[in-house]
Amino acid sequence: MSRIAARFEALRNTGRKALIPFITAGDPVEEFTVPCLHAMVQAGADIIELGVPFSDPMADGPVIQRASERALIHRMSLRKTLGLVAKFRVQDQTTPMVLMGYLNPIESMGYREFVDGAREAGVDGVLTVDMPPEESNELIALLDAAGIDPIFLLAPNSTEERIRRMGTLGKGYLYYVSLKGVTGASHLDLTEVEQKLADIRRLCDLPIGVGFGVKNAEIAGAVAKFSDAVVVGSALVGRIENNLSRLDQARADIVEMLQSMRRAMDAEVAR
Amino acid sequence: MITQSDSGTHYDLPDARGHFGPYGGIFVAETLIQPLEELREAYEHYRHDPEFIAELDYDLKHYVGRPSPIYHAERMSREIGGAQIFLKREDLNHTGAHKVNNTVGQALLAKRMGKRRVIAETGAGQHGVATATVAARLGMECIVYMGSVDVQRQSLNVYRMRLLGATVVPVESGSKTLKDALNEALRDWVTNVDNTFYIIGTVAGPHPYPAMVRDFQAIIGRESKQQMLELTGRQPDALVACVGGGSNAIGLFYPYIDDPAVAMYGVEAAGDGIQTGRHSAPLSAGRPGVLHGNRTYLIEDEDGEIMETHSISAGLDYPGVGPEHAWLKDSGRATYVGITDDEALVGFHALTEKEGILPALESSHAVAYAMKLAATMRPEQQILVNLSGRGDKDINTIATREGMVL
Repeated sequence: MSRIAARFEALRNTGRKALIPFITAGDPVEEFTVPCLHAMVQAGADIIELGVPFSDPMADGPVIQRASERALIHRMSLRKTLGLVAKFRVQDQTTPMVLMGYLNPIESMGYREFVDGAREAGVDGVLTVDMPPEESNELIALLDAAGIDPIFLLAPNSTEERIRRMGTLGKGYLYYVSLKGVTGASHLDLTEVEQKLADIRRLCDLPIGVGFGVKNAEIAGAVAKFSDAVVVGSALVGRIENNLSRLDQARADIVEMLQSMRRAMDAEVAR
Repeated sequence: MITQSDSGTHYDLPDARGHFGPYGGIFVAETLIQPLEELREAYEHYRHDPEFIAELDYDLKHYVGRPSPIYHAERMSREIGGAQIFLKREDLNHTGAHKVNNTVGQALLAKRMGKRRVIAETGAGQHGVATATVAARLGMECIVYMGSVDVQRQSLNVYRMRLLGATVVPVESGSKTLKDALNEALRDWVTNVDNTFYIIGTVAGPHPYPAMVRDFQAIIGRESKQQMLELTGRQPDALVACVGGGSNAIGLFYPYIDDPAVAMYGVEAAGDGIQTGRHSAPLSAGRPGVLHGNRTYLIEDEDGEIMETHSISAGLDYPGVGPEHAWLKDSGRATYVGITDDEALVGFHALTEKEGILPALESSHAVAYAMKLAATMRPEQQILVNLSGRGDKDINTIATREGMVL
């Protein structure tokens, strides 16, 4: 069983939902990332999504776009991101780590070299935003062979047929994009998301995480009621952006936000 | 009329999922999969619909002014002393470039699909103007995304778009040029998919865009086949067209692909020179990767980050290229060459002075290469150049470059 599957099983047994924070590797400086990841785990993160910076992040809103730009200024890269994961693994061998990014850096590195490097570094899942299952046979096969979970996105307009296919091809969890829009947008409709998740659950068995638009503890708690995991990205990255000249404060703000989300989620589920 | 009707054709790319060999495809986030499928189905339906075709043909004739003539540049040809140079005069279209062939088609499709809001990306502003033009005519809301750097260097076209009722949104992310405008347009589309039609301006993007834009632009090559026959009794020995994203080139090339006697040359912007690294020539100096929804040749660094490009011509200043060109390069059917900024200016002045035609800086790249190529050929041979746009929009750029104050 993969680290991700094991984590979801453990959470199910204790009746809790997964909290999945996202930050961009190397934002704003390389030294910030690994200590921040450890702090996020301390604050209650169950799984971590680590963003791989890309020059053209088409699916991201302005907050995460700027995180990529800050990281790329000092030439953060996919290879260096793998290095950060390896560094994180020195201390933490249990928290699942998912890389989230775009296909071109992976194409550029070469699928096999990337998958080998990811396995050695201790990556557990790979979510490639702009690679739908139709184009991913080769990469999925390599990831499967390496025991790394390919994680796919589902959207409000995904058809039943596609949801079934993602349920078969995907591993670990499925990431439900809660709204039509980019990351960090502000119009998540809880009723709509809850309804759609009920539809998705009829079609596949994987745990379902919900992201895009989870801005605060209140929304995180509400989403935890009907999802298996809550993904929070832009809200955390915004804390970094607001504290670029005092990164200790950025980390403290991130920890505080995750703790409040953790409390809200556990309280909602216990209710 | 939209299908490649000439008989004896064997070239039938792309495949059902938009692949030209290893290139093309659909590389987008999940939210765009369904709208792309909806677009593909609508396009498949209407491209065979006699009423749609009749409306498109009517607009191309009476609004765009087609067919565009072919002109024999006799004086220029004589002075070079080589092959005869013919010009397909897309610069004479309404709005001054080939771009309108595509926007007329996509806007009619948007109308049929019930979308009242159209969005577009633009670099030099030509596609933005062509989109704003058809949107004005059809009474559609029009949003044009344009890198803030381009907004500054193409202020005339920004004003034209605003006069036409479009909202021009300056894009401040990334390199603030065409590629970033495309990113922003995709973000808009993903947010407003229900009421919005994205009119992509070139043969790039996810399937079905490369095939659809090609089909709308292929009128250039279809007319050329007929006109060259009428004018000279035969087809040209070589075709020459500039390639940024590659829509004017593919429009000319496509109907000729199965005619091996006709050589095809795509001219990329070599900027300051390929060896300087400051260029926009992915086919000449890039490598395959994935950007903006398709796999194609890209200008990228060793980490797979897309690099900034350079060309004197804003319309060629793009780090990718249409996937069909990537395939035509690999298969050897077409040859891709580079022309520098300086060489393009030589082409610009030559055509202006010898024939009284001011070509766009984009098209000047094709003219400059045709001049070189003609010199290596015999006077009884023929080259057909796609003169994709007129140069009025570039007067300020050229004057500044040459130290003139207007």
